Amino acid sequence: MSKVIESSGVSKKFGTIQALKDISFSVNESEIFGFIGPDGAGKTTLFRIITTLLIPDSGNMQVMGLDTVADFKDLRRNIGYMPGRFSLYQDLSVEENLNFYATVFGTTVRENYELIADIYSHIEPFKKRLAGKLSGGMKQKLALSCALIHKPKLLVLDEPTTGVDAVSRSEFWGMLRKLHKHNITIIVSTPYMDEAMRCDRVALVQSGRILSIDNPQMIKQGFTRKLFSVKASGKYALITALRQYPGTVTAYPFGDSVHVTFSGNRLENSVFDHLKKMGIENVQINETEAGIEDRFLELMEKDVTA
Amino acid sequence: MKRFLGFVKKEFLHIFRDYRTLIILFGIPTAQILIFGFAVSNEIRNAGVAFLDLSKDDVTRKLTNKIISSGFFRQTENLLNYNDIDRILKKGKTKAVIVFEDNFGKKLLKEGTAVINIVADGSEPNVATLVTNYTMAIVSDFNMELNRSGVSNVMLVQPEVKMFYNPGLKSHFMFVPGVITLILILICALMTSVTITREKEFGTMEVLLVSPLKPIQIILGKVMPYFVLSFINVILILLLSWFVFGLPVKGSLVLLLAESMLYILMSLSLGILISTVSTTMQQAIFISLIGLMLPTILLSGFIFPIENMPKIYDYLSMILPPRYFITIIKSIMIKGTGFFNIWKETLIILIMTLVFIGISIRKFKVRLQ
Amino acid sequence: MTNNTVISVHNLVKKFGSFTANDNLNFEVYEGEIFGFLGANGAGKTTAIRILSGLLEPTSGEVTVAGFDARKQAEQIKKNIGYMCQKFSLYEDLTVKENITLYGGIYRMDKKLIKERSEELLEKLHFREYENRLISDLPLGLKQKLAFSIAVLHEPRIVFLDEPTGGVDPITRRQFWEMIYETASRGITLFVTTHYMDEAEYCDRISIMSDGKIVALDTPAGLKRQYSAGSVEEVFVKIARPSPLGESLSRNSGRLG
Repeated sequence: MSKVIESSGVSKKFGTIQALKDISFSVNESEIFGFIGPDGAGKTTLFRIITTLLIPDSGNMQVMGLDTVADFKDLRRNIGYMPGRFSLYQDLSVEENLNFYATVFGTTVRENYELIADIYSHIEPFKKRLAGKLSGGMKQKLALSCALIHKPKLLVLDEPTTGVDAVSRSEFWGMLRKLHKHNITIIVSTPYMDEAMRCDRVALVQSGRILSIDNPQMIKQGFTRKLFSVKASGKYALITALRQYPGTVTAYPFGDSVHVTFSGNRLENSVFDHLKKMGIENVQINETEAGIEDRFLELMEKDVTA
Repeated sequence: MKRFLGFVKKEFLHIFRDYRTLIILFGIPTAQILIFGFAVSNEIRNAGVAFLDLSKDDVTRKLTNKIISSGFFRQTENLLNYNDIDRILKKGKTKAVIVFEDNFGKKLLKEGTAVINIVADGSEPNVATLVTNYTMAIVSDFNMELNRSGVSNVMLVQPEVKMFYNPGLKSHFMFVPGVITLILILICALMTSVTITREKEFGTMEVLLVSPLKPIQIILGKVMPYFVLSFINVILILLLSWFVFGLPVKGSLVLLLAESMLYILMSLSLGILISTVSTTMQQAIFISLIGLMLPTILLSGFIFPIENMPKIYDYLSMILPPRYFITIIKSIMIKGTGFFNIWKETLIILIMTLVFIGISIRKFKVRLQ
Repeated sequence: MTNNTVISVHNLVKKFGSFTANDNLNFEVYEGEIFGFLGANGAGKTTAIRILSGLLEPTSGEVTVAGFDARKQAEQIKKNIGYMCQKFSLYEDLTVKENITLYGGIYRMDKKLIKERSEELLEKLHFREYENRLISDLPLGLKQKLAFSIAVLHEPRIVFLDEPTGGVDPITRRQFWEMIYETASRGITLFVTTHYMDEAEYCDRISIMSDGKIVALDTPAGLKRQYSAGSVEEVFVKIARPSPLGESLSRNSGRLG
C-alpha cells in the first residue's frame, strides 16, 4: 500500500511561536487519519503545509509522491480542501457554490454526483437558498460536497466539526466512513477526542508536537497505569478530597465521575477512609478502561514535565 | 460615573494603539490644513500668458511689460497670428492670450480707445476668471497711468474677454472631467482591492489557491467585470453630461474612449497592487480612500488648479495618475486636441500601469505566507 | 444548594417575524446551581440566553432574573449578572491589568475592591507574569480562564457562560470547570451552554432545547435513566434534532456559522 502522505522532520515557526516541531508521520491510501488536539496544537498549520499553502522551515513533505514545495501546481489539482473557516460564498446559493467548484476543477456536478449523493440529499431541498442562510450543520455538508465534487484522491478537512452540535457531528462522521469505499484518503483535524475513535489511525498533537500515532485502540491501550473511576455525591468536594489524598497521582473529572490513578497502581482501603473523613458520601470506586482522552491527558502531562 | 470614566479611558487606549485611527485623527486634519491653506488660493502665480501683438508699438510694449512684471504671469510665447491661439491654448501651458489689435497706439491717441483682447482657456473656469480679472486690473491701472500724465484726451484701453472652449464659463466643464477621473479610479482601485481581499479575509482564497485555477486566472477573473462595468460607466457619464449639461466631446470620441480604457486598466492594476499589501477589506478600503480619494480630489487639479499651488504640491501631484488623466480628458473633451498634445501624459499612465502590474505579479502570494 | 429561585421562566415566547425562536419555555434555576443549557444549532439557545441577560425583550411570557423582570427591568438585570461569551469579552489590544480595571469600573466596584480582587485573581491563576501583557499575546486557555474570572469579579448572583471552553485543550478545560465548581460553591449560580457532552455531566441539572422548545429538563443521571442511555450524548442524539434554518436570525456560534 503506497503512502499518500509522507512527512519527515517538518518544522514551522511564526515569529517567536514554534507552530510545528519535527513532525514525522505517514498516511496510507484509503485511510481516515485524524489529527486530534486542542487549538494552538498546530493542526491548521500542518494542513496548510500539506495543501501547499505554506512552506515548512525545515523538513520534507511528500503528498502523492510529489513535493509540496516544488510540485505544488500539480498537487493542487488533486486535493479536496475544506479549511477551518467557512470556505463557501455566503452570497451565492447552495447550487451556485457547488457548480462553481465543479467548474473550477474542470468537472460537472453530474459527473461525480454519486460520490456526494448521500451528503447532498440532506441539503438539496434548500439548493436555491443562499449559503449564508444555512445552519452550521448544513453549511458543513455543503462545504464537504464542494470539496468532494471533483473526486480528489486526498480529502483534507480542517476542523469540520468544530462548533457544530453533537447530532450533526455524528452524521458527518457517518458520511465520512461511507466515502471509504470510494478509495479516497481522508485526513481530518478535530479538537474532539471522541471523534478519534472513528478514525483508522490518529496522531495526538499538542503545542506543535506529535504525542502519539497509532490506531485509536492501541493508543487507548497505551495508558501506562491502572485507571479508576470514582463516583460520589458532590463532585467538587470529591475532587478536592481526592487531590488531598497522598496516594493520588492524577485526578481528573470525567463527566459524572473522576478518573484517578494511584501511586501504588492499585486501590487501597485508605482511600475510602480518607474520603469518609472528608465527609464524602456514596463513594463508588471501580477500575475502568482508559479512553483516548485519558491517554491524551497522560501524554500531555509527560510532555509538560519533559 | 466611575464606570463611565473607566469606559472612556478604554476608548482612549484603543485609539492610541491603532495606527489607523491616529492617522485619521491627526494625519488627515494636518494634511488638509496644509493643502487647503496652500492649494486653495484665489490668487495666481506664474500663470502662462502669451501675447499676440499685431501693433508692436510703444504702448503695447509698455502694457506687455506691465503685465509680465506684475509677478502673476509668466510669458510663454509671442504669437504671430490668430490661428496660433487655439494651438497654444491646447498645449496647456498658456492660460490666456493677450491680443493687441493693429495700430494700437495710434488708435489710442486718435480715437481715445483701443481694444485689447483677453482670450482665456475656458476649460478651467477658475483660472480663466482669475487671469482675466487680474489682467483687467492691470489694464485699469495702466489706464490711470495714461491719464495721469495729463494729456487732454481721456484714453481708455478696452479689454474684451473671450473664453475659449467654454464661452459660457460653465462650471460643469470643469467638474464632469474631474468626476469621470475620480469615479473611475475609485471604482476600479477600491472595488478591485476590496473584492480580492474579501476572499482572503473570508478564507475562500485558500480554497481557490488549492485548485487548478492559476493565480493569473483568479486576478483576471476578478478584474474583468469591473473593466466592463467601468467602461459602461464612462459612456453613461458622457451621455448624461451631453443630455443634461450640453457638454459635448469636442475632440475624437474614439481617442477619449481609448484613453479611458488605459486609465481604467491603470486603476485596476492599482487595485490589485493594493490588495497584495492588504490582508483585510478594512485595510484595503482605508488605503484606497485615504491614499487615493482624498489626494485625487485635492491635488490632481480636479478642483484646485495645480498651477496655483506651491511647487511642492506640484511635485507631489506628479505621482498621482489622476492628474495626468484629468489633463488628457479635458484636452480631448473641451479643447478638442489630438493625440500629439497628450502623448506625454498617456505615456506616463502607460508606464504606471506596467509598473503596478509588475509589482503586483511579484507580490502576489501563491501561498499564504 | 438552597432552593432559592434565581431565574424563573414562565411561558416564554420569542418571535422574529413569523419565526418562533423560543416556543413556550418553562423552567427555573436555583441559587448555587450549575445549570447546563444544551441544544442543537438553531434550537433557540442563544435567543433564550439573550433574553435572560437582558439583551432581548421577550415577545410574551414572564421572565425573572435575580428578582428583576426581564422586560421592564433589563438594566437592573445587567447590573447583577456576569457574562462570558465564546468570542471572549476581553479587549485584545489592552493588557490583563487594564481589562480587569476596566471591567471593575464597569461593574461599579470601588478602587480598593478592584485592587483586592485583582490581586487575588492574579495569584490564583498564577498570572503575575502576564499582568502587563496584551490579551492578544496570551494563549487561548489563559484567555478563557481570565475572561471567566473577570465575569465573576463583582461576585454577581448569576453568571452566563456561552460555550466557554470551545477549542481549549483537555487539561485547561478541566481546570476551567474546577473554577466553575469553586465559584458555585460560593453561592453563585452558573448558566452554561456547551457543545461538549461530557461537560453536560458536570452540571447539576441540564435542559435540552430542540426546535425552540425544551424537550428535556433533569439531572444528568435522571435523563440517562429516563432514556435508557449510557451518556448525555446518547440522550441528546435521541431527542435533539438540528433544524435547517435559524442561524441567520441568531448570532453565529462556532466556526461554521
